[in-house]
Amino acid sequence: MRHAFASILLSAALIALAGAMAAFEVEEHGRFPGTPADGPELRLIGTAELRVFAPLIEDFQRRHPEITVDYTTASSAEIFRALMEEQARFDLAISSAMDLQLKIANDGFARSYTSRETTRLPSWARWRDQVFAFTSEPAVVVISPERFEGLELPRSRHQLVSLLRDHPERFRGAVGTYDVRESGLGYLFATQEARSSDAFWRLAEVLGRLDVQLYCCSGQMIDDVASGRLAMAYNVLGSYADQYVDPRSELEIVTLEDYRNVMLRTVLIPATAQDPARAGLFVDHLLRSGNAANFEGPRILPPLRDPAMRDTSDFGPIRLGPALLVYLDELNRTAFLDAWSNSVEQP
Amino acid sequence: MTESVRTRGSISRRLTLQLAAIAALLALLSWGMIRGFSQQAAEQTQDNILAASVTAIAEELRSEAGQIRLEIPYAAFSMLGAINEERVFYRIVSDGETLTGYDDLPVVQDGEISAGVTFETLTYRGDSVRMAMVGRTLFASERAVPVLVAVAQTRNAVDAISARISRAAALVSVAFFVLAAGLSFWAARVSLRPLTAMAQTVARRGPSDLSPFETTAPHEIAPLLAALNRFMDRLSASLSRSEDFIAEAAHRVRTPLATVRTQAEIALHAVTRDENKEIMRRVIRAVDESSRSAGQLLDHAMVSFRTDNLTRNDVDLVDLVTEVVNGLRPTAEMKDIRILTELSPLRVQGDAILLQNALRNVLDNAIKYSPADSRVTITLRQAGAGAEIRICDQGRGVNGADTATLTERFRRGENVGNVVGSGLGLTIAHEVARAHGGRLDLAPARKGTGTCVTLSLPFS
Amino acid sequence: MRFLLVEDNQELAASIVTRMGLDGHVVDHAAALDAAETCLRCTEYDLILLDVMLPDGDGRDFLSRHRSDRTTPVIVLTARSQVSDRVGMLDLGADDYITKPFDFSELEARIRAVLRRRGGAADNRITLGDVTVDLLAGTLRVATRDVTLRNRELRLLEVFIRNPGQILSKAQLLDRLFSFDAEITENAIEVYVARLRRRLDGGSPRIETVRGMGYRMTVQ
Repeated sequence: MRHAFASILLSAALIALAGAMAAFEVEEHGRFPGTPADGPELRLIGTAELRVFAPLIEDFQRRHPEITVDYTTASSAEIFRALMEEQARFDLAISSAMDLQLKIANDGFARSYTSRETTRLPSWARWRDQVFAFTSEPAVVVISPERFEGLELPRSRHQLVSLLRDHPERFRGAVGTYDVRESGLGYLFATQEARSSDAFWRLAEVLGRLDVQLYCCSGQMIDDVASGRLAMAYNVLGSYADQYVDPRSELEIVTLEDYRNVMLRTVLIPATAQDPARAGLFVDHLLRSGNAANFEGPRILPPLRDPAMRDTSDFGPIRLGPALLVYLDELNRTAFLDAWSNSVEQP
Repeated sequence: MTESVRTRGSISRRLTLQLAAIAALLALLSWGMIRGFSQQAAEQTQDNILAASVTAIAEELRSEAGQIRLEIPYAAFSMLGAINEERVFYRIVSDGETLTGYDDLPVVQDGEISAGVTFETLTYRGDSVRMAMVGRTLFASERAVPVLVAVAQTRNAVDAISARISRAAALVSVAFFVLAAGLSFWAARVSLRPLTAMAQTVARRGPSDLSPFETTAPHEIAPLLAALNRFMDRLSASLSRSEDFIAEAAHRVRTPLATVRTQAEIALHAVTRDENKEIMRRVIRAVDESSRSAGQLLDHAMVSFRTDNLTRNDVDLVDLVTEVVNGLRPTAEMKDIRILTELSPLRVQGDAILLQNALRNVLDNAIKYSPADSRVTITLRQAGAGAEIRICDQGRGVNGADTATLTERFRRGENVGNVVGSGLGLTIAHEVARAHGGRLDLAPARKGTGTCVTLSLPFS
Repeated sequence: MRFLLVEDNQELAASIVTRMGLDGHVVDHAAALDAAETCLRCTEYDLILLDVMLPDGDGRDFLSRHRSDRTTPVIVLTARSQVSDRVGMLDLGADDYITKPFDFSELEARIRAVLRRRGGAADNRITLGDVTVDLLAGTLRVATRDVTLRNRELRLLEVFIRNPGQILSKAQLLDRLFSFDAEITENAIEVYVARLRRRLDGGSPRIETVRGMGYRMTVQ
């Protein structure tokens, strides 16, 4: 671990350089040198924060110490842009935006890969032997119990809408959610929810009336709930929330029961990959880590098939398939964002 | 007999091969057809879904405030993802401008837009794709705007499905072929069964059975049967002619010889001078010698003829030996030769006439070359898996020659003409023994002088 | 004895008739089957000598017809292959067969064998003085003594007993025995005569030596 942090510190200095090289926006950059340091190198780009992803890389290097791993954090949109428009050379793209990952593959910018691990995936967790899911992460509501004092915790969107409508003074400016115009994941959650739940637009309207706070990322939203700035964060990535909600914190995680949005974190090997064979090794590593039954490394991200979650009947992750392209269509996107903006940003 | 027939080809094999070739052709044909149908079916399925998708999108087209509006329905694409994992491309062109989608997707430009769904197979982004297109005309800004909706899908799955079905069809075809080939073999065997049955009937026949075949036969085989019967007829006639010829030859030779001998004997009694008597005796001896030779030659001819077509019947050897002994006893008595027999009840499978002839020749020799007042012993006993008839005399060797020389001469099987007399008699016996799978041995008698001739015959 | 010879070859038939006449037999000759039938209707024969190849039919047909109504013994004279005919002939009822050309001594031997089996003929016994010889059984009765004779002794005795008082040269006697053994010599005659004298010892006929001439049987 000390070694890894050292390398992070070292590479922090390089962020500026990397940023300069890439026309896309880089948030974080980490380098995990192998032994020897001049061995083969895998270049990864992902949406997960470095601290979330580092343990997975270190675990991979225990198995393959000779491989140096270079990890870049970027937003899903930036990853998409980097791969589709700039032909940036990465060996793996790991993203929470399933729709963008699928479009990369659909438009022919991903390589096919088959191994024992990929064939063991259920069919809903892979597409065309190019996009592989290794986690399933639900969208949750993070609540500050302090700010909810005296109120019953909502169990469904209808209850949530009623609750917010009934206590405007308590929640005004105290509810956060994704700015779907900025966040790919937020857009994905929103569109899927709009498609599946009739409560979505009513909720959007109520949120707009309560002067909802818009965020780019789950982390900040949770931070603000923890600090008391927000009473509630809506549609937060459960995996992030889990990390925050430790015994010391006061946060409560609520899963709405009427409809559950479950995102699959996926990995693909871009067509521009320099070393697809070693990239395949990392894919296998991720898939092993996603398999709850046989992964022995540290678990930061939830497994693909959580036994507890699978038992609930409403486990229906967003399907990997061309339907994801529908909301990426410019006309649809414009229409959706217009409607959303009109609801959320009320004068 | 079969080994002497040169075979060329086999009807059964030819029939099997021809039927198998037909089966192979049919298998190939069915494979091709299944493949074609499956390809068509897979394409049809894809076309149907593409058509549904493109229609669903087209139905969402609307005009709003002079603008063409569209929200692609979720179902339009989700239905495409439901049946396969093909890559999806789409393009909506309005009035020549790409409204949305992949603007490099080559669609048919306006003018040719038809109301119905049209399909096209083309190459896009390095892949073979199937594209469905449908046209709509909307009114915007008070003019008709043609809008084209195109949805395309890669065809990997279609190819994969037809490859899979093709493989399955090939497997089925191969199985069909194997089954058909097996059935062909069976059918060939069954259709040739009457022929096989006829061959068996012929093979089962005894060598002397030359009567016509009475069995029924399919009309394809009837001519063969008829020809066979005609051949049997001719063979039978030819054989009886041979037998008649041998009988006739014997009659022609022996009757004059009999006359000469009788006359000579009369003359012997009539003449008084010793030298004349001696001359007559020589004449008689010569006649006897030649009649004996003639008899043996005729015997030999008959034996050769019969051994070629050996009949095997149950033969009681005691009866056979007794009959031969009775036939020759008067001859033996003339020289005061006693014939002693010691017979165990034994039977063999064989030709009684041939066996009698062989035994008579051996016994005749023994009597002829035995001194007066001597004994000839005949022993019939079992030896191993066969019967053994031993004839021992007390002579000084056959025809004056010592046993070793004779045996040697006999073993070499020298030319029949050179071994007339005792040798030919033994040759006849030897041939009969051999035809029955047995043998003839000559050996000096164990006690005293004399020769033992042993005829060994296996039981079956 | 009286025989019927059925034989189509005239020369052979004539020879046989002559030759058998020498032995004191009467032989009627029929050249065809119908002639043979005629003869058989008129006279009783001791034995029939039957050739099988005849101009008016197969001897075998005659044989089977004959066997159905008569018991006269039949010896078949055959020139045909000894192999194929023999069995058929014996099955049809022939008593014996002899192959042409045949030795008359052998024929006689066979005739005797057949007659012996059939229970005798009209004159199978010859008596001279107190000696009676049964030619078929081969037995000799000298006064009250029975003697069994060897075959050659019997044949030689037959010559003497049929020609009593007649001088028989060694050559003549040899002729009688010649057929029995081609190698026989005149010395052998002396041996057999000596044996016969011993057999006849005590009886009235005896064999005298006529010096330089031969032998003669006389009755005391």
